[in-house]
Amino acid sequence: MTQATQHRNGEPDLDARDQAMLAGDHGPTVELAMRLLVAVARAERATHLIDVASAHIDGCLFHGQAGLDFAERLAAGGGLVVIPTTLNVASLDLLHPALFRGDDESRLLGRRLMDAYVSMGCQPTWTCAPYQLPSRPAFGEHVAWAESNAIVFANSVLGARTDRYGDFLDICAALTGRVPYAGLHVEERRRATVVLDLGGIPDQLLAEDVFYPVLGHLVGSVAVGAVPVLVGLPSVSEDRMKALGAAAASTGGVALCHVVGTTPEAPSLEAALQGGRPDRTLKVRPAQIRAARDSLSTTTDDRIDAVSVGTPHFSVAEFGELVRLVDGLVIAPGVRFLASTSRSVLAEITGRGWAEALEAVGIEFVTDTCTYVTPILDPACRTVMTDSAKWAYYAPGNIGVEVVFGSLRECVWSAAVGRVVRDRELWHGI
Amino acid sequence: MAFRGRVLVAGRAEGVALVLDAPLSLWGGFDPRTGRIIDRAHPQLGARAGGRILVMPAGRGSSSSSSVLAEAVRAGTAPRAIILAVEDPILLIGALVAGELYGETPPLLVAGRAFHRAVRTGDRVAIDPNGRIAVFQDGAASG
Repeated sequence: MTQATQHRNGEPDLDARDQAMLAGDHGPTVELAMRLLVAVARAERATHLIDVASAHIDGCLFHGQAGLDFAERLAAGGGLVVIPTTLNVASLDLLHPALFRGDDESRLLGRRLMDAYVSMGCQPTWTCAPYQLPSRPAFGEHVAWAESNAIVFANSVLGARTDRYGDFLDICAALTGRVPYAGLHVEERRRATVVLDLGGIPDQLLAEDVFYPVLGHLVGSVAVGAVPVLVGLPSVSEDRMKALGAAAASTGGVALCHVVGTTPEAPSLEAALQGGRPDRTLKVRPAQIRAARDSLSTTTDDRIDAVSVGTPHFSVAEFGELVRLVDGLVIAPGVRFLASTSRSVLAEITGRGWAEALEAVGIEFVTDTCTYVTPILDPACRTVMTDSAKWAYYAPGNIGVEVVFGSLRECVWSAAVGRVVRDRELWHGI
Repeated sequence: MAFRGRVLVAGRAEGVALVLDAPLSLWGGFDPRTGRIIDRAHPQLGARAGGRILVMPAGRGSSSSSSVLAEAVRAGTAPRAIILAVEDPILLIGALVAGELYGETPPLLVAGRAFHRAVRTGDRVAIDPNGRIAVFQDGAASG
């Protein structure tokens, strides 16, 4: 229905439940949440609000006093979530508290923020990859997810429907179960407008994990704020879609990326385009892939102090690959190898005996948080290698390190000798 | 020159424009302690956005940009206003929450191509609560 996005008198229609919440019938916290939702609905010209089945909250990571002021005001007003609500990474690793190198005040404020969200009934999942948890949204289900990589995964891979929710609006949705009918909740807005044709990229490279974060970085840079559709790829695994989507979201705010033959709304190019014509079609050249790859490293220094993997949080399958790669190797003295993941995945790999094997070669686990959002690395640490385009994109600004981007295999080999080791076959042919 | 923007958050502001050549994620890209751009891949790395009229094509990336904007308002390092080319729900909620918590917020507008083509860094820009945008170039006083 095209009229769904039209504006009527500048005000969204509110049903009786919405009006009761707005009037304060459910207490001051719900009233504030509904007031903010209605203000956003008005600005987005949404006709009405809709129900959401779950929420994923990104507001639990400490960015300053303002976020804590907001969460504590909601909690003090008796706020309780009314739908299943998971929590994103926070500032502290509660399972490995000794990893935190920040000052006591930051630790205290970070913990207060985490506690405020848990007190409102959110589940302490502390992961940026909620789609790896056992319960995840169904195709076509409306949800309110924050965290850019989770948003693009939910929309693209699961075919669930979420707009780009930011800190604050995420908890408002969880406290009311309602969101504006706007953005990617609306069928027409999910139509692809930019086509990227990968037909010119060698098959050998398409078979490598490392290709997908690089491709995501390129997709983000050419499709800023748009809905792209990729053609010419073989079936893409969930972990590769995770890496691709996280990079496209970081670089270009991409919140939905169709892949023909892989994602559920793209059984064909025509389906992803909803029968329309694209605004742009780009034939991706190998030189563009090479340039995107090179732009993910900030240094050509070959000495590394650390390796960081697991951004977004490592899956069980990715740990399986890591276990295979480290076989027979030991991390070099003076090099840290950090793998970020969720509590739930760590429990699973512990049960399989993998965690013990990885710790034996010198790999450390980080849960509940991530190495580029909180002080975990040694202040003397200058150069870090990663297989994550998202980490490579944000870490230099966030924590002031130089980054070397490489495949997981290159990361493992490099960590074993303390300097960058390249896999010469990897990028052959481009 | 006069333009009309769509008001997302209404308000009055006046100041010197910083016109970004690329989208910016405030989270990871803007330091609320200093008001400066810290995204090392951004063409305007190091520029001061605090206290200026921030003109940018789009918000981008992280959903934590709303927290960063609210924190910048609290810390007094926020832009005086933000003028986008496309709507951004993440910056919008950050501005609204700052208003709820601290009683002040930078106005947030979406303006069309004609404005974005015309405005330059260093221009003096004034906006009113109805979305009228006045741009004064060549150092002309804004009156």
